[in-house]
Amino acid sequence: MSHAPPEPPAPPPQPGEVIAAFRGVRKAFGPKLVYDGLDLEIRRGETLTIIGGSGQGKSVCLKMLIGLLHPDQGSITAFGQEVTTMDERALLKVRSRIAMLFQAGALFDSMTVAENIKYPLREHRWGNEEKMDARVEEVLDLVDLPGIAHQKPSELSGGMKKRVALARTIAVEPEVILYDEPTTGLDPITIRRINGLILRLQERLGVTSVVVTHDMDTVFTVTDRLALVHNKRIAFTGTPDEARGADLRFLREFVKGGRGTLDEDLT
Amino acid sequence: MPLSAFFQALGEVALLTAQAARELFRPPWELRLWIAQLDQGGVQSWSITFLTAIFTGMVMASQFAIGLEPFGASLYTGKLVALGIVRELGPVLTALLVGGRVGAGFTAELGSMAVTEQIDAIRALGANPVRKLVLPRVFAMVVALPLLTVLADLVGCAGGILITMVEVGITFRFGLEQMIETVGVPDLLHGIMKSAFFGYFIAIIGCWVGMNTRGGTEGVGQATTHTVVWTSITILVSDFFLTRIFLAIYG
Repeated sequence: MSHAPPEPPAPPPQPGEVIAAFRGVRKAFGPKLVYDGLDLEIRRGETLTIIGGSGQGKSVCLKMLIGLLHPDQGSITAFGQEVTTMDERALLKVRSRIAMLFQAGALFDSMTVAENIKYPLREHRWGNEEKMDARVEEVLDLVDLPGIAHQKPSELSGGMKKRVALARTIAVEPEVILYDEPTTGLDPITIRRINGLILRLQERLGVTSVVVTHDMDTVFTVTDRLALVHNKRIAFTGTPDEARGADLRFLREFVKGGRGTLDEDLT
Repeated sequence: MPLSAFFQALGEVALLTAQAARELFRPPWELRLWIAQLDQGGVQSWSITFLTAIFTGMVMASQFAIGLEPFGASLYTGKLVALGIVRELGPVLTALLVGGRVGAGFTAELGSMAVTEQIDAIRALGANPVRKLVLPRVFAMVVALPLLTVLADLVGCAGGILITMVEVGITFRFGLEQMIETVGVPDLLHGIMKSAFFGYFIAIIGCWVGMNTRGGTEGVGQATTHTVVWTSITILVSDFFLTRIFLAIYG
């Protein structure tokens, strides 16, 4: 019987290394072209914020990264491997390292909070019921919602649902968290709390975060690096300070707080 | 619906079937989900099956008892009712009624999940929606609909005997013996096998339309309507072809 050579140990993670990248990505839904020549890198440990007007396909970008949507052209890599050609089994591994928080939370209505959080734990074979129960308590504490494990999502407020969804997202200890409009539709106090949570997870767990948002408070609270989606590609990347000084009218207006200006055709 | 869209839909349904079939052979099976669907789609459909079947049996017996009288053939009422129910009306009416109830339910549930990104969430959390949502439903309907059809056959025939007793004056025992003598195993199998196909159509159409729902709550409403229309049409059209095939096999 032959033995396969042992896999070489993975190199220790380097802060700042590129862990995911989009190269020349093109994506259309029927006749509607969303991306044409999308190039973007995600670096370990950073919080990358993607901004842009509504309907520009910012969420599409996150979904393509974990293989929920497939680009028509171009390459998407995660941890050095091509995502676009992976089958569902290979994607499973990617999805245990890159987790996504959906816009409305996407909690399963038919299950309790605890069952929702155990869902990814079961799929990724976390351990026995006791271990999973302990993990549920632990992640609910992390999002400041202890003791609600037995409630149903319908009993929770919008902000609480988002936090439970965040707890479910971090349950399997992902290295990268994708936030799809984490603060949309919430009140200012809850928005601040969610922003605080994103920062706290960043500090405590050392995760890499990619945040898609419209909200400038979120941008300036959490961002290391900013990417602007405009005209079906990334029109700008840089720090928030660089964005303020950039010579791009639509970007300056967006950063100044001119929310919604990108919905108009500014070129 | 343009022809190209129809063929695309057909292809996608076939693909979904293939994916569900592949998951069927991949243990460990999540029997809890399968049983939950059997209960919801199957067990909880017994009352509408019962009501539909008993009244169908009774109305057929009423018509035949009167219609056959001028020919002096009223005594054959039971035979006609039994054959009609076991071969056609039992499986088809049960499928139409259960299809409306269960197929629409599948679409509404999966459609709501689709528009709130819960199906994306299933995949993002490392699970397979076909395995979690589609396979249990298809399994449940392929198993439950033949069983419900057997129930419909029994109840429908019983309803037929009751009315024949009143209208023609036979005894229950005579009616029962007449039916047992008339209905052969091929007749029973004919109906039951058709209903397994109907069960598959109901589940796969309900799931496919549900998973492809777009456009918020309005989209869910439209999708549910589509499912009811498409399952009904599919059941009626496929019934003709399945009947021809089984007739060719059993005569």
